[in-house]
Amino acid sequence: MFDQSISTLAAQLRNKDISSVELTRYFLDRITKLDPQLNSYITLSEDVALKQAAHADTQIQNGNASLLTGIPIAHKDLFCTAGTLTTCGSKMLNNFVPPYESTVTSRLQNAGAVMLGKTNMDEFAMGSSNENSYYGAVKNPWNLDTVPGGSSGGSAAAVAAGLAIAATGTDTGGSIRQPASFCGITGLKPTYGRVSRFGMIAYASSLDQAGPMAKSAEDCAHLMQAMAGFDDKDSTSSETPNDDYLSNLNAPLSGLKIGLPKEYFGEGLDAGVADVIMAAVKEFENLGAEVKEISLPNLNLSIPSYYVIAPSEASSNLSRFDGVRFGHRCEDPKDLLDMYMRSRAEGFGQEVQKRIMVGTYALSEGYYDAYYLKAQKIRRLIKQDFTNALQEVDVIMGPVAPTTAFGLGSKTNDPVAMYLEDIYTLSVNLAGIPAMSIPAGFANKMPVGLQIMGNYFAEAKLLNVAHQYQQNTDWHRQTPDMAKGA
Amino acid sequence: MSIDKQDVQKIAHLARLALTEADAEQYQQSLSSVLSLVEQMQSVNTDGIEPLSNPLEMTQRLRDDVVTEDNRRDDFLVNAPQTEAGLFLVPKVID
Amino acid sequence: MNWEVVIGLEIHTQLSTKSKLFSGAAVGFGAEPNTQTTLVDLGMPGALPVFNKEALRMAVMFGHAINAEIGMTSVFARKNYFYPDLPKGYQTSQMDHPIVGKGYLDVTLDDGTTSRVGITRAHLEEDAGKSLHEDFHGMTGIDLNRSSTPLLEIVSEPDIRSAKEAVAYVKMIHSIVTYLGICDGNMAEGSMRCDINLSLRPKGQKEYGTRTEIKNVNSFRFIEKAIYTEIERQSDILEDGGKIVQETRLYDPEKNETRSMRSKEDANDYRYFPCPDLLPIELTEAYVEEIRQTLPELPSQKAARFQSEYKLSEYDAHVLSSSRAMADYFETANKQVKDAKLTANWVMGELSKTLNQEQLEIAQSTVSAEAFGELLIRIKDNTINGKTAKDVFQAMWLGEGSADQIIDAKGLKQVTDTGAIESMIQTILDANQAQVEQYRAADEDKQKKMIGFFVGQVMKASQGKANPGIVNPILAKMLKG
Repeated sequence: MFDQSISTLAAQLRNKDISSVELTRYFLDRITKLDPQLNSYITLSEDVALKQAAHADTQIQNGNASLLTGIPIAHKDLFCTAGTLTTCGSKMLNNFVPPYESTVTSRLQNAGAVMLGKTNMDEFAMGSSNENSYYGAVKNPWNLDTVPGGSSGGSAAAVAAGLAIAATGTDTGGSIRQPASFCGITGLKPTYGRVSRFGMIAYASSLDQAGPMAKSAEDCAHLMQAMAGFDDKDSTSSETPNDDYLSNLNAPLSGLKIGLPKEYFGEGLDAGVADVIMAAVKEFENLGAEVKEISLPNLNLSIPSYYVIAPSEASSNLSRFDGVRFGHRCEDPKDLLDMYMRSRAEGFGQEVQKRIMVGTYALSEGYYDAYYLKAQKIRRLIKQDFTNALQEVDVIMGPVAPTTAFGLGSKTNDPVAMYLEDIYTLSVNLAGIPAMSIPAGFANKMPVGLQIMGNYFAEAKLLNVAHQYQQNTDWHRQTPDMAKGA
Repeated sequence: MSIDKQDVQKIAHLARLALTEADAEQYQQSLSSVLSLVEQMQSVNTDGIEPLSNPLEMTQRLRDDVVTEDNRRDDFLVNAPQTEAGLFLVPKVID
Repeated sequence: MNWEVVIGLEIHTQLSTKSKLFSGAAVGFGAEPNTQTTLVDLGMPGALPVFNKEALRMAVMFGHAINAEIGMTSVFARKNYFYPDLPKGYQTSQMDHPIVGKGYLDVTLDDGTTSRVGITRAHLEEDAGKSLHEDFHGMTGIDLNRSSTPLLEIVSEPDIRSAKEAVAYVKMIHSIVTYLGICDGNMAEGSMRCDINLSLRPKGQKEYGTRTEIKNVNSFRFIEKAIYTEIERQSDILEDGGKIVQETRLYDPEKNETRSMRSKEDANDYRYFPCPDLLPIELTEAYVEEIRQTLPELPSQKAARFQSEYKLSEYDAHVLSSSRAMADYFETANKQVKDAKLTANWVMGELSKTLNQEQLEIAQSTVSAEAFGELLIRIKDNTINGKTAKDVFQAMWLGEGSADQIIDAKGLKQVTDTGAIESMIQTILDANQAQVEQYRAADEDKQKKMIGFFVGQVMKASQGKANPGIVNPILAKMLKG
């Protein structure tokens, strides 16, 4: 049952084959039994879940159900959820219970989805391995000695292991796509501004974007129907009308123009991963797509540009964690300065402190032009690369990450190597375009994700392309052995 | 690009992060390596290129001047480490 | 040495919007602590700002009023520093692209001279909260009601050369923002606060000296006094061969001195960068023009009109137009009186004097402009003379009734019957034969001085009710014999 699609479960709920309370209990049981191996949840919200499930059952009874009504999902622990602990993976917020609800979680709740709990993540969404969590690392369900990716590692692991039907994630530099790739699930990072950031604890405001993580493109489309759309509480939310993400799923792909950026297939790409990607591309050709090589010449610059812009914004966004109105405050501060310095040093982990310092430095007097301004100029070059390429092709495909999931602890001592892992994902956030990761096969017995990038607001197109692939392949239906254990 | 331990302490002070000597030493290395990584930007000619702050280049939307929020002080104060008489308390501020 | 003082002012004016700059919380003075806050004003995690339309309109209005370039694209930036009353750890302000660019004001001083003060810029920003220093077990309390209240910071060029000029400039800004209705001008409640940048240089030197910044001065009088004490402090140091330290200082009105604010010193790397939660504000020509059309008559325009329409002197026109309330009072009263000079003299004289004594604003006058006009009509039609009118005004002030009611009740009507006046004069001349003889023997110059004695006697005999306009010619004629 844990590997059913949303539409199948919705039909079963409607036919009263099962109730939402039963379904919810089933998942809560699975989490209790299996999650100790994974550590994918920080908080299990059993009471909230059962209350929501009971309400969903009434809605279904009354014929007021949507497709998401009664479907148990999980939320990354950086969405503020009223009355439920929201930690952002940090000690800083280990007692923070927001009195307000993020737009994303509130829209999903209004659509009838049931919240099982809050998933583990790299602290403040800073990381690519989920090893930077105050609540412990998350393990990859395909191999418990490897990382699930990050920062939405808890969401990815939970969905892959059948501990939630779907989950929310956020993607600032690849934090939905890379864990989706490592855990063999489907994840969508929408266009910047498509999904409201209200109530989402900010990492880098001009890059952050929330999106769905699920087994299939179709399930992601179901979540997008509820999550996406204009929100007047977020100034950066787009007023462009939403597409219907479901109605286009079955459009044929004949004539689809796919671009393969040569920069995505160069040095550093694992040969096994490359084979999987090329096989997936071949499959698209079989479905009638045309493939051509393109170039994104400034790809390499996305790493330095990102690692200036994101930490700069973060250094400012994280200043509000000062021990005054919420969050950790050190014991017995001797004065105001001591309270700031110790509360923040104790409340933030190393990676977060490092990025705050990088950003502080990049914005400081005398360095602003050489770092922040320069990075923003390069950001425009990167955006231009994509807009040029997307005049020639409908979608761009390539790997999500150079390798499959790496071993726990294998890169923690070389942060720069970890940053280089993000080479294929960062540029998408800098440009603000939408992109997906879909399961495309295995290398070294670990899942490999195919990245599909598209033009601004082309989420429906990406979901259509992904869905057609998934109609003809079964990589997205693979389940790790540990998930079958319960 | 590398920075010394004193730079690290200066940055940490601006960012209000208490660092021990050992921390500072460690951050000196990791910050230097990040700064070297971003250094490659400097080789690119960006003359005449406008900086890009927001990927969609949208403009600011305006909100009508109406009061939409009620007083929810008690809900908010619950999360504060120390409060009294409806105020957030902090160690003495000296002007 | 002969020092020249160089002053630039930063005036923070609180815009009188209903809701905050970036949230739907109410704006107001004196509410219970932290009751006018939302998650945005408290800087809660995940909170996002949305910009208030009305604050934009007000800022553009002000730009027009100071003949400024309007920033067609303006950008909010974050000014980063840690302070407990600054909940996000940054203040959202404007840096490189302010909403109002270069403009100027022509400032009229009390001596009637005019000088032009350049305005560098005016930008929108959010206010911080308040630290309450009463003792909470040795701790400080933070009230964030004021957080995110909209401010327009008006930055002048260092064009000001004296304390008087500084005060005249601030008064002018005060009168403009209240004319425009974009600020209530209530300085006691902090609706207008002034930072004073001040330096000295030897007369004739081009380069500026080292300046200090005196923060948050909130009354016209304190601005003047703070400037005087700071000039004295700086010149004492310079005369002794010392150096001025560039620093932020605080004016203490009780001790009438400025003192260094050490706590704010170490945090001046503000790391400004464009706020990624807000987007550039783009204006259209049509919008800017539409606002220009809604501008009310401004103080300088009103002063010019008062001169041409009412034939008032430049000084009178300037004083009357300095506040919109006073100008309105004058015009309402004069609508009935139709004697602008008389109305102007009485508004600037008796009315202003009484308001000053009672420390009231003109809006709080117990005598309405209409009632005041009725009083002045009675002077104009000779029912009472000016001296009596002052008594009537005081009675009106105390609420004893209208001018006519008081004149009737107290029997203050002037005697204008020439027969009655002639017989009164005859009685006085008969009783003062010696003085009459002296008068008749004197030359013309002396006579002019001596006639006052007889006028005084007549007024005394009539209990002030004799109309001097009628008394004087009759008296002169009868004295001639």
